[in-house]
Amino acid sequence: MKNMKPVWRGLVLLALGGALGYFLGLGLDALVSGSANFTAPLAGFFSLVVSVTGFFFGLVGYRGVTRGLVFQIIGTLAGGFFVTGLRALMGLKTFGPFFFTEPAWVVGGLVGTLSFLAGVGALTDWFKWALGESTPEHHTDEPGWQKYFNVSLDHKVIGVQYTITSIAVLGFGGIFALIFRTELAASQLQFLTTTFQAFDQNGLQFYNTLMSLHGMLMIVSILLGIAGVMNYLIPMLIGAQDMAFPRLNAFSFWIAVPAAVLLLSALFLGGFDTGWTGYPPLSTRSPLGVQMFFLGVFIAGWSSILGALNLIATVARMRARGMTAFRLPIFAWAAIATSIISLTATQLIGLSFQLVMFQRLLGMGFFDPAKGGNPVLFQHLFWFYSHPAVYVFVLPGLGVISELLPVFVRKPLFGYRWVAMSSLGIALVGFLVWAHHMFTSGMNEYLRVPFMYSTLLVAVPTGVKFFSWVATLWQGKISTPTPMLFVLGGIVVFLMGGLSGPPNATVSTDLHLHDTYFIVGHFHDTMFGGYIFPFFAAIYYWFPKATGRRMSEKLGKLHFWLMTPSFLVLTFAMMRVGLLGMRRRIADYDPALGFDLSHLIMTVAAYLIFTSVVIFLYNFFHSMKHGEQAEGNLWNSRSPEWQVPSPMPVHNYDHAFQVVGEPYDYGLEGSKYVEFIKHK
Amino acid sequence: MRHFVIVAILVLVMSTLTYLGLDSSGLLPVQASEQAVPVDWLFNLQFITISFLFSLIIVPLVYSLVVFRRRPGETGDGKHFEGNTALEITWTAIPLFIVMGFAYLGAYSLGETRRVDPQAMVVNVTAQQFAWTFEYPDTGVVSSVLYLPEGKQALLKMTSRDVIHSFWVPEFRIKQDILPGRTTEYRITPTRVGDYKLRCAELCGTSHAYMLADVKVVSRADFDAWMAARAEEARAAADTPEGRGKTLVTQNGCLGCHSLDGTRGTGPTWFGLYGSQVSLSDGTTVTADEAFIAESILQPQAKFVAGYETIQMPVYQFTDEQIADIIAFIKTVK
Repeated sequence: MKNMKPVWRGLVLLALGGALGYFLGLGLDALVSGSANFTAPLAGFFSLVVSVTGFFFGLVGYRGVTRGLVFQIIGTLAGGFFVTGLRALMGLKTFGPFFFTEPAWVVGGLVGTLSFLAGVGALTDWFKWALGESTPEHHTDEPGWQKYFNVSLDHKVIGVQYTITSIAVLGFGGIFALIFRTELAASQLQFLTTTFQAFDQNGLQFYNTLMSLHGMLMIVSILLGIAGVMNYLIPMLIGAQDMAFPRLNAFSFWIAVPAAVLLLSALFLGGFDTGWTGYPPLSTRSPLGVQMFFLGVFIAGWSSILGALNLIATVARMRARGMTAFRLPIFAWAAIATSIISLTATQLIGLSFQLVMFQRLLGMGFFDPAKGGNPVLFQHLFWFYSHPAVYVFVLPGLGVISELLPVFVRKPLFGYRWVAMSSLGIALVGFLVWAHHMFTSGMNEYLRVPFMYSTLLVAVPTGVKFFSWVATLWQGKISTPTPMLFVLGGIVVFLMGGLSGPPNATVSTDLHLHDTYFIVGHFHDTMFGGYIFPFFAAIYYWFPKATGRRMSEKLGKLHFWLMTPSFLVLTFAMMRVGLLGMRRRIADYDPALGFDLSHLIMTVAAYLIFTSVVIFLYNFFHSMKHGEQAEGNLWNSRSPEWQVPSPMPVHNYDHAFQVVGEPYDYGLEGSKYVEFIKHK
Repeated sequence: MRHFVIVAILVLVMSTLTYLGLDSSGLLPVQASEQAVPVDWLFNLQFITISFLFSLIIVPLVYSLVVFRRRPGETGDGKHFEGNTALEITWTAIPLFIVMGFAYLGAYSLGETRRVDPQAMVVNVTAQQFAWTFEYPDTGVVSSVLYLPEGKQALLKMTSRDVIHSFWVPEFRIKQDILPGRTTEYRITPTRVGDYKLRCAELCGTSHAYMLADVKVVSRADFDAWMAARAEEARAAADTPEGRGKTLVTQNGCLGCHSLDGTRGTGPTWFGLYGSQVSLSDGTTVTADEAFIAESILQPQAKFVAGYETIQMPVYQFTDEQIADIIAFIKTVK
């Protein structure tokens, strides 16, 4: 075992941990229930957490993330047993079908999260300060790849940690989608049938759990992904050594890890059938899984809020000399706009989920009509975040598009100020449109009209972006390496998302479209065009900056040409069946509707997209070690990070720079964006 | 200048082709209600605008990629221009007018779908996991199939027994959520005789996909005949216990989960239930006698039939006579 490569050692321990956890859970469950239940939820839960812990143990040994996960397991059990003990003293029910009772699981999940943070070391410096001990200003990371599995205060390391975690969560979300997409390939139930059993759920329940988790895992993946890109890039682009609050930055990342574990644990603890929206009263009647889902989202929200706070402070306070508002890299404008939303709206989804948690745990009647509550109130609170959230997801991606276009077109970004302001415009108008998700909800019907006006307003700043991009392309000298292909793909796919938006915004047409596959097609277009494509573009573009090597162009182009047409076919088919009457979130559809062929095509397209992402992952991990060397200004960019060698030095710039010109003046003889200040 | 002219012509050609393509591909279900007319009219206007805007972006984008591509061996940068304020104002102002126009038309067509006919026929709709019940208050008739007369506005007063559901018949276009604890309204004027399906559009739990009901739009004469026959049936049914039981289980949506023909639903079937041996989740077996059935209705969580452990049946309040009527009906199901 000692001589094995760490990755293989990790995978062996993943399997061993899975088996060990399974029997541990089985044993505990049998101890309490008195009989062996081989599909016991506790066995599944332990199988998950112990196998993941085992993987990291094999990879890096007992430290960092491994210690965090061990602490999380112990903390969860400690919290659970504590509440169970209290309940025993009070004469309440102590154990249920999920081993612990619901309140015990919730408290256990919370204690487990805090234990993770203590175990991983994200709180160490603060503990020391509280005890009056001093800590070094900068921690030096160990060299090599092990630093990525430990707490690091370096924004570049944290950026990579975020990005890798995001890809891992994306993988789970994608595989869940493939499972239920396979079920949908033909009408009637094929394998997720009513006699199917997994983790105490029958096929239909399992379908709903996978579908709901797909939604939320993808959202968390996107939040982690944009945090990764912003964390890695922003200090570098604005000439700062690090983020404004490095310890808070590490905390923001690490708190997302136990949150992801909690979200996944919902799969094993009875699942939930509410979709990612978790509307009560359905969510008050769902199995235990919905509580783990609520708790996971609640905790992930902290990551978002604190990360946004840090980013705004960084851009506000730590820019290089001469970097005035309109000489900021355009990506920084997008990051600011997105952070304003995350900082001020995330609280609302946390609050809405927390209220349902309390309704379930403490019998409070917030959304229960029988107790004077109102289920529509939940929808207002929920969408007040969850609509602006979609701009959180896409604004950084649109920023990446605006940032990279000038490099590959060799021309200035057309209308820089308008593009910058359009990001802020989208962010601000985005706060006033939430109720367009509720046109059929039964809220006051006259309210629908003002929300229609505000919603359609979003089209105006979005249009400014499109027109400016096209004008940037006009009369350029366009080259199309892989990152540029993904930029162009992003523009086209986001255009499809944008154009399918207005029919959802005008109330009368939305009354037909609401809760159909048209919506599913529409938002997958906006998410792929606004996030997935630009995210891949950013990875292909900045990969050399992080590693000193570039990813294979050949595989990158294969990835692009496999993914883009498949994806467009997928969403066109979604929109078509949606218009014709296909509802969202159903495990089965009526064969009489004649959608079988369309769904088969969608399933094939989904597998092709999956294949293309596998190619990407191979390219990504293979190129880290074996990619072509690329240490200089590979893309011939004016941006400061490309004026220094790759990979980036530990504290970014050995010499500070000052801004002496416009960021995107490509084609202007003798102009420069930045100038390094030489020490005399 | 030459570039602009070529692009302008291509945009027009492309817009026309896109719209013709969309228009001929049959994007909407059959139009079967008066309320669908303004909706479809706005859809059409949306498709025209989408075709134009799609072409307006895609044509210059693809044109640039072809004409302004970097040729092999070429070095140097593109033409240097940073922006054009007049152009930016134009493409801010014109879309602003267009979207405000759409908002106005959206409000207008919404108003059209909400036109009130004071003579509308009221139907009380009750939704529950995973069944629909329709009650015609004028005659007291209760049905699990929604019959509607052609050309007459129906006012559906809808409420839910448990979670949020949504009323949607794609051919009628409009959709309305149904909430527990209050009543929402839905006005529809069917214009086309035929059979349609009502599908719950708001995720309502495990069997959401199967929360369907038949909708039959019939001529007024056929409707009156159906109504008279059903009213007569109801009067006759009220005289016997099993008849009253049948009315009760229809009214309360029991048949949404419990089948009468032995097929597996969300709950156990009632076919041949009475007197049979039922296996429970704890491994024991009981005889389905009157006491067991009564307990299963009034305290559904007391005993679980094997294979249905995860199902939460709603709790019902019935009088002893009503329970006796329902059991009398269940006895006849074999």
